Amino acid sequence: MGKHKFLYLEKVEKSFPVPGKESYVAVTDIDLEIKKNEIISIIGHSGCGKSTLLNMISGLDMQTDGYIFLKGKEIKGPGPDRAVVFQNHSLLPWLSVYKNIAMAVKKVMPELSSSELRARVEKYISMVNLEHAKDKRPDEISGGMKQRVGIARALSINPDVLLMDEPFGALDSLTRANLQEHLMRIQKSVENTVIIITHDIDEAVLLSDRVIMMTNGPSATIGEILEVNLERPRKRVELQHDKEYIRCREAILNFLYEKFAKEDE
Amino acid sequence: MNNELAKKIILPMFVFIALLSVWSMIANSVDDFPTPTDTYVAAFGGTNVDGDEITGVLSDPFYIENQDDKGLFWQILESLKRVFGGFALAIIVGVPLGLFIGMSKNAQYAFDPFIQIFKPVSPLAWLPLLLFIFQDINMTAISTIFITSIWPIIINTALGVRSVNEDYMNVAKVLQFNPLEKVVQIILPVAVPFIFTGMRLSLGIAWLVIVAAEMLTGGIGIGFWIWDEYNNLAYHNIIIGIIIVGLVGFLLDLIMGQVADFFDYKKRGRA
Repeated sequence: MGKHKFLYLEKVEKSFPVPGKESYVAVTDIDLEIKKNEIISIIGHSGCGKSTLLNMISGLDMQTDGYIFLKGKEIKGPGPDRAVVFQNHSLLPWLSVYKNIAMAVKKVMPELSSSELRARVEKYISMVNLEHAKDKRPDEISGGMKQRVGIARALSINPDVLLMDEPFGALDSLTRANLQEHLMRIQKSVENTVIIITHDIDEAVLLSDRVIMMTNGPSATIGEILEVNLERPRKRVELQHDKEYIRCREAILNFLYEKFAKEDE
Repeated sequence: MNNELAKKIILPMFVFIALLSVWSMIANSVDDFPTPTDTYVAAFGGTNVDGDEITGVLSDPFYIENQDDKGLFWQILESLKRVFGGFALAIIVGVPLGLFIGMSKNAQYAFDPFIQIFKPVSPLAWLPLLLFIFQDINMTAISTIFITSIWPIIINTALGVRSVNEDYMNVAKVLQFNPLEKVVQIILPVAVPFIFTGMRLSLGIAWLVIVAAEMLTGGIGIGFWIWDEYNNLAYHNIIIGIIIVGLVGFLLDLIMGQVADFFDYKKRGRA
């Protein structure tokens, strides 16, 4: 049992009922242990159930079989101990950057005085370098900035796990690289357990301690787990010729395009 | 003055002139139909067709002769009171009901058929029944307005609730908002512009209904006044009544639009 482990998934399965037919099994037989302060990427082709997996950890979706434990307690629904950074940022458009974060902090830490609240919100705004935009509303800032606010909001409630569902997927590659740098810098200072869903091989290798590779659905499961033995801080440019980096890249490429290549439907 | 604004002022003038000529043509072909000039005199005073000096109905809208004979201002005020009575009731009942129907699929299934059936019923059909129940002019008018103007509020409120983005609700779930926090912090900011659209439609209906309701119930009010002028054979006053009803309705819609914009986060000034 996963009582003593930080985050533990045991024989997790998710199936969806199909009227008149056998139910559709999206993911099955997921066994995974994630250590505290570890950064994990989950990579796979679209339809491999990687978002389903993340949703079950966040509690927004329930597994149909198996167990998920966080710090020895079974996960039975969503909660602020598992903050989510959504792909489309999900900021409330009628609130300023400051208020979006303050709303979350106020709810999760109601005991804070107004000055403590203010200090906490501002700390996380400056963590993502958005002091200049704190009174702006989401529609007044760029996509990359919105996603930084999303990250600040998620971290501000001091979660045990930070769940990111293709957090940079909707952004152009330069903005994406910029955000990856932000994330690595923040991770160094706050030390958090992070699970990132991605379909970007470089992103997975650059950010993670381990890369979880998913087989194709239906009945997708964990195909391979790759350890990324690279020192931190990692420098994107230097890594391009690093033997370990190249090995990791090739391993993922090989998995995704040789062993589990997917035809376009 | 910019070009666009000049057009907005000048172009309606042409239509106005066209309307006046159609009106004059009708006045020429229908016996006793008041001409635009007759109507103007009846409104603002002057010498009428018979050569008599008269004071117009609009020159002293504030007079009170007795309980049943009051100036136009009081007639309109009386109508507005009823309109806002029924409208306020429609908001008080319609918004919570709309929120409920929007948030619960089961509530939607339960209420939807009845909304669809009662929505198209004319106020004139409700009126006798409500008059029979209340035996009172004011209550009848107010309840008729309530029952005919509540539908757009319910429908639009429910639509607003249903248009709340799934992602916002996920944020609420992760933060473990209770139902009240969900309504206040997530649903209402999204739904409020929809609610106001519903209220605007509803107020429009309420103003339409009041004229018809007062014609049947009698008493005091702009609708009854128009009917009374018909019985007095004062046809020019009917036309004045129509124009006043139109202007007041236009004004109500304008005010409602401003209020709606104020509560719409997309249109409100930057926070």
